[in-house]
Amino acid sequence: MNLLASAATGLLALAMLQTATAAAPADTMAQRMKACVACHGQEGRATNQGYFPRIAGKPAGYLYNQLRNFRDGKRQNAVMAYLVDQMSDDYLREIADHFAGLDLPYPPPQTTGAPAATIARGEQLVRQGDAARGIPACSSCHGASMTGVSPAMPGLLGLPRDYLLAQFGAWRSGVRRAAEPDCMGEIARRLSPEDLNAMATWLSAQPVQHAVAKADSLPRPLPMQCGSGLR
Amino acid sequence: MKALKVLGGAIALLVAASALVAWLNVRGEGPIDETLPAGAPSAELVQRGAYLARVGNCAACHTARGGDAFAGGKAIATPFGSVFASNLTPDAETGIGRWSADHFWRAMHHGRSRDGRLLYPAFPYPDYTQITREDSDALYAFLRSQPPVRRPNQPHDLRFPYSSQASLAVWRALFFSPGSFEPQPARSAEWNRGAYLVRGLGHCQACHAPRNAFGATRDSLELSGGLIPMRNWYAPSLASAAEAGVQDWTGDDVVRLLKDGTSARGTAMGPMAEVVAGSTRHMSEPDLRAMATFLRELPQHASASIDDSPAVPADVMELGARIYKARCAECHGERGEGGGAASPPLAGHRTVTLPSAANLVKVIVHGGFPATTPGNPRPYGMPPFGQSLGDPEIAAVASFVRRSWGNDAPGVSTFDVSRIR
Repeated sequence: MNLLASAATGLLALAMLQTATAAAPADTMAQRMKACVACHGQEGRATNQGYFPRIAGKPAGYLYNQLRNFRDGKRQNAVMAYLVDQMSDDYLREIADHFAGLDLPYPPPQTTGAPAATIARGEQLVRQGDAARGIPACSSCHGASMTGVSPAMPGLLGLPRDYLLAQFGAWRSGVRRAAEPDCMGEIARRLSPEDLNAMATWLSAQPVQHAVAKADSLPRPLPMQCGSGLR
Repeated sequence: MKALKVLGGAIALLVAASALVAWLNVRGEGPIDETLPAGAPSAELVQRGAYLARVGNCAACHTARGGDAFAGGKAIATPFGSVFASNLTPDAETGIGRWSADHFWRAMHHGRSRDGRLLYPAFPYPDYTQITREDSDALYAFLRSQPPVRRPNQPHDLRFPYSSQASLAVWRALFFSPGSFEPQPARSAEWNRGAYLVRGLGHCQACHAPRNAFGATRDSLELSGGLIPMRNWYAPSLASAAEAGVQDWTGDDVVRLLKDGTSARGTAMGPMAEVVAGSTRHMSEPDLRAMATFLRELPQHASASIDDSPAVPADVMELGARIYKARCAECHGERGEGGGAASPPLAGHRTVTLPSAANLVKVIVHGGFPATTPGNPRPYGMPPFGQSLGDPEIAAVASFVRRSWGNDAPGVSTFDVSRIR
């Protein structure tokens, strides 16, 4: 009888516990990162409308560098700086690992119906660069499929055109910086506004096959000295 | 002849007033020994200074984002223009390399620089004036042990007349007098230590007190809450149970809030999360306990009474309810009951029902994370809704949570939101 009573009490306690914690959120990174998906889309996949970049599946080293750069003033975005301002390096690393580990399909490309000449110019610059002006092909660092290279080279596809243009502009003006030698800043300053427009247009018009993962390494050494691309 | 007399009288009065202001600005100052320390200070003194620099959160202003430690350059926005924090590294040309311990003491205690210039009270010397000479000397030893950084101080960008030393002298004559901490023998040693930390280096009053039109804190009601100028966060009253008073908290909960950034009774967000990250999480348990003792025994005052504002229109409440259901209920619960450590209850939450809606609006617009601390290493975050909701929608949802589930605070207008955000 006693046993029965205590079992009943136990069940009741369990039921009460479940009621009390019904709203308790999961003890997961996904729950902790609700603040990020408000802009970067469900699970960091981002909408391809507007400005916000996709963060899901980007290399962890790249995401970690960016989080630190927002915190330490090498990238300027008031919303991002405010969110990461009091975070430890350890937590930023865990956040980067969380989003890097997400493997989600890409939405269809944002840019459609761009002028053929712009598309052609963009593709040429992305795939071949312009040796005469010291501009390497994007693919020589960001991977043949342009979906990024571990540990810290970001993919360039599946990003909104506005975001790409804003980054090129920020690199050129020094508002966005990376560890020295700052290869992207150097390259962005060698490109003309017309080049940048063509590249952003082409990059944002490419569909991404879900199966195309980021590469683990590059077949050849980097064409330029880069402070943060491989860290 | 009469006009001349009046003129003469006026001039005499002006001279007398100027002399009074000048005297008030240097009263109590002793002679300055300009000798620089001959040898290196003891490691113990430097370590003590490092700790005190955390208590005073010197780096919060004197280290720019991503800049060299204590090399200054950060702009402190004030209603009168921007004040730029100075270089505190021991560089001889641009820092405090040529400052003696007496110079440093004069800055901390009297608010005057090495060259005699009056310092702007964005540097909280109205609070720091209470610290002891020993603590000032330890801070001095610590700062001089830092690597020197050559970074010339940036001139302040203040509007006239605030930019002139004369007007600053008048301000100081009216609102500043050097003081020292007077222990109260009737109180415990712990209370006295707490009072010394809260009133002095902790400079809690710099945010948690109302300011007058000239930017001076009014200290007649200690820590009775105030809107932080330019940032539009409201530093709630620590003297009111309806705001952020901790009189009915346990000492442990106060210590946890300051040490971990979160406790069973509440979580520090916004500017207070900065204070936790830069200062209080580094403080010793006995010092935090002393602050808790002082704060728990702080005399209570009634909060500013909430005026009878007109009821929120039904359609605004309906809009607020719809937004709440779509955006907030998943974490904070259908009835504002909250969800464990991640999402505080909104029913009966003091931040929600404060007379000032500033912090509620700030949290909805900017979201945010509590500080990352050893006691709370992986905090949950509140999403920022400033990107996806317009001011009228934020006003509606803020009004809804302020007037639902037993909450009875005035609604928030679209104008309030655009002013605060």
